[in-house]
Amino acid sequence: MSEVALQAVGLVRRIEGAVSHTLVNGIDLSVSKGEFLAITGPSGSGKSSLLYLLGLLDAPSDGEVIICGQPTSKLSEDDRANVRLTKCGFVFQFHFLLPEFTSLENVLLPMRAAGQMSEKEMQERGLELLGSLGLKDHANKRPNQLSGGQRQRVAIARALSNRPEIIVADEPTGALDTSSTEQVFGILREIADQGRTVVVVTHDPALAERADRRVHIVDGKIQQTFEERGSTEEPAVAVAPKA
Amino acid sequence: MASNLLVNIAWTHVTTRVRQTLVGMAGVAMGVGFTIMMAGLMEGSQIDFLHQLVDTMPHVSIQSDRRTAAPQAADREYGAVQMSGIANVNNRPGIRYPESVMASVRSWLPGDVAPSVKTTAIIDHGGRIGVTLVGIDPKQEIKVSKLPSQMREGQINDLLRAPNAVIIGQALAEKLAVKTGNAVTLIGGQGTHVNSTVVGIFRSGLKRVDEGQIYSLISTAQVMMGQSGIINELRLRLNDPLEAETIAKQVEGQTGYKSVSWQEANSDLLSSFAVRDFIVLTVMGAMLLTSSFATYNIISTITNEKRQDIAIMKSLGMREAAVRRIFILEAAIIGVVGILFGWIIGYALCYGWSQITIYNTLTGTNVPISIYYTPFHYIVAGGISLLCCTGAAFFPARKATRVHPVEIIRGAS
Repeated sequence: MSEVALQAVGLVRRIEGAVSHTLVNGIDLSVSKGEFLAITGPSGSGKSSLLYLLGLLDAPSDGEVIICGQPTSKLSEDDRANVRLTKCGFVFQFHFLLPEFTSLENVLLPMRAAGQMSEKEMQERGLELLGSLGLKDHANKRPNQLSGGQRQRVAIARALSNRPEIIVADEPTGALDTSSTEQVFGILREIADQGRTVVVVTHDPALAERADRRVHIVDGKIQQTFEERGSTEEPAVAVAPKA
Repeated sequence: MASNLLVNIAWTHVTTRVRQTLVGMAGVAMGVGFTIMMAGLMEGSQIDFLHQLVDTMPHVSIQSDRRTAAPQAADREYGAVQMSGIANVNNRPGIRYPESVMASVRSWLPGDVAPSVKTTAIIDHGGRIGVTLVGIDPKQEIKVSKLPSQMREGQINDLLRAPNAVIIGQALAEKLAVKTGNAVTLIGGQGTHVNSTVVGIFRSGLKRVDEGQIYSLISTAQVMMGQSGIINELRLRLNDPLEAETIAKQVEGQTGYKSVSWQEANSDLLSSFAVRDFIVLTVMGAMLLTSSFATYNIISTITNEKRQDIAIMKSLGMREAAVRRIFILEAAIIGVVGILFGWIIGYALCYGWSQITIYNTLTGTNVPISIYYTPFHYIVAGGISLLCCTGAAFFPARKATRVHPVEIIRGAS
């Protein structure tokens, strides 16, 4: 049995207010180490909300997220930030790079925040990451000097900088052209093949097919799970939504 | 969280907004500069005035009266709590055995002591003006008084050269049209008339002294009082005038005579200084606070513009407090640079003021404006300004960093 990197148990996210709204409604999910999981679903189905809960960007109303065996529901906000810093890497639909900093400085940001490496080591790792993503010549350019695909690759390099166990990506190709989309998905696939866990939210079924597993969310619940890479015909596991 | 990173981000933010940053720095610099100038002017004029005041009067004056009525014979005799209907017995006025008292005080006093007789008189030279007549011993007076250096005509020892000689203030001399060598008449409280010669003119710089005080020999003052041999005031000059209050208490405890420090003698003036200080400090505080509003505006603008960056930094795992610190550091950078320029502006303003002279109607001379230079003004103005700047940044920074990153990320998507 493969090692579990990320687990959601009875995960609920409810927005309280005059009219309560449930974004995530009792999701149980396990993601193995090195697995590439795609989360799909229509707009407003709760897939991004689920991703934010899995990446500890948001706190569940109920349930538990377990990251690398560590339950997180009782962690303080600072401890959650620390888990995000060291165990999760984030890639968003928009690159969200700091505009005043160069590509390299953006990549160095999480490493400097963690403060576990010397400046020289950080510089070497930053350049190595940018080089591996074909951006070595763009290390000293600011985001506004890069194309959309290049910015997103810098964002991926930033997500990888602290060697996180889990990469969480929210529609990372949503704002890219076809060739950049292909490139970015290829990189994420490669990251998973190297043993990291990748969880991606995407609207694109063709890209989702290339994941190891795909869960389809509707109304905050997992409607279907497709176990095999490339399988779109039959759900391998159908998870009955909780009441 | 590595502090280098926070400083790096803060520095990048302020250096990429040059115009805003310069406006903020200018605000701080102006506030600090003008505060230093006001403090220098205020304290300079105050110190100048106090120097004049302290120079023209004894630091401590041992007077012949007591703070409370002396125990009466009936009280002593019968040990009664209170006696009524019995007139108090007044002993002969003046300090008893003044030489012994002076020797005793001189034995420990950090300074010197001289005898004097203080009384009131009228000086008559065509017109009549009431004055305070101070009888002094010129040889001893030079140890306790700045009078020798305040002489404009004649010398203090000239009192010994003519019978009943007097030294009068310049303002009084002008009022009475008296010159050195002129004869005047002194009229004492007992109706005593004494023909006197003006042997010198002094100028202390204090109008009430220059217009209302004259000096004679002790013997002349005793004649005017009608009390031969009386000494009713011992005048003390201290090495450190600021110790006057302590010394006065010690002397009073030792001799039993009322001992008045220059601070006590001018307590009404000093309390008005305290009120003035309070008002000026309030104005200066308001100036520094107002100058920090520019910083508040800048940090508010930056935090608004940087909401997305704040969300990203938080999502990457930077703690809320660390992100908040970035903006407080930005305010500190604006504050510190502004303060450095403010110090330069403050010094330049003080120097500029010190070059201005004002015509003194009393002395008839142009005197420069007194400025007091002290690092204390610079440190206090800088410290308060830095506190105001960082305080002004704290609130917008706290508000901005409390934003949930998901809200911003969703909003941008």
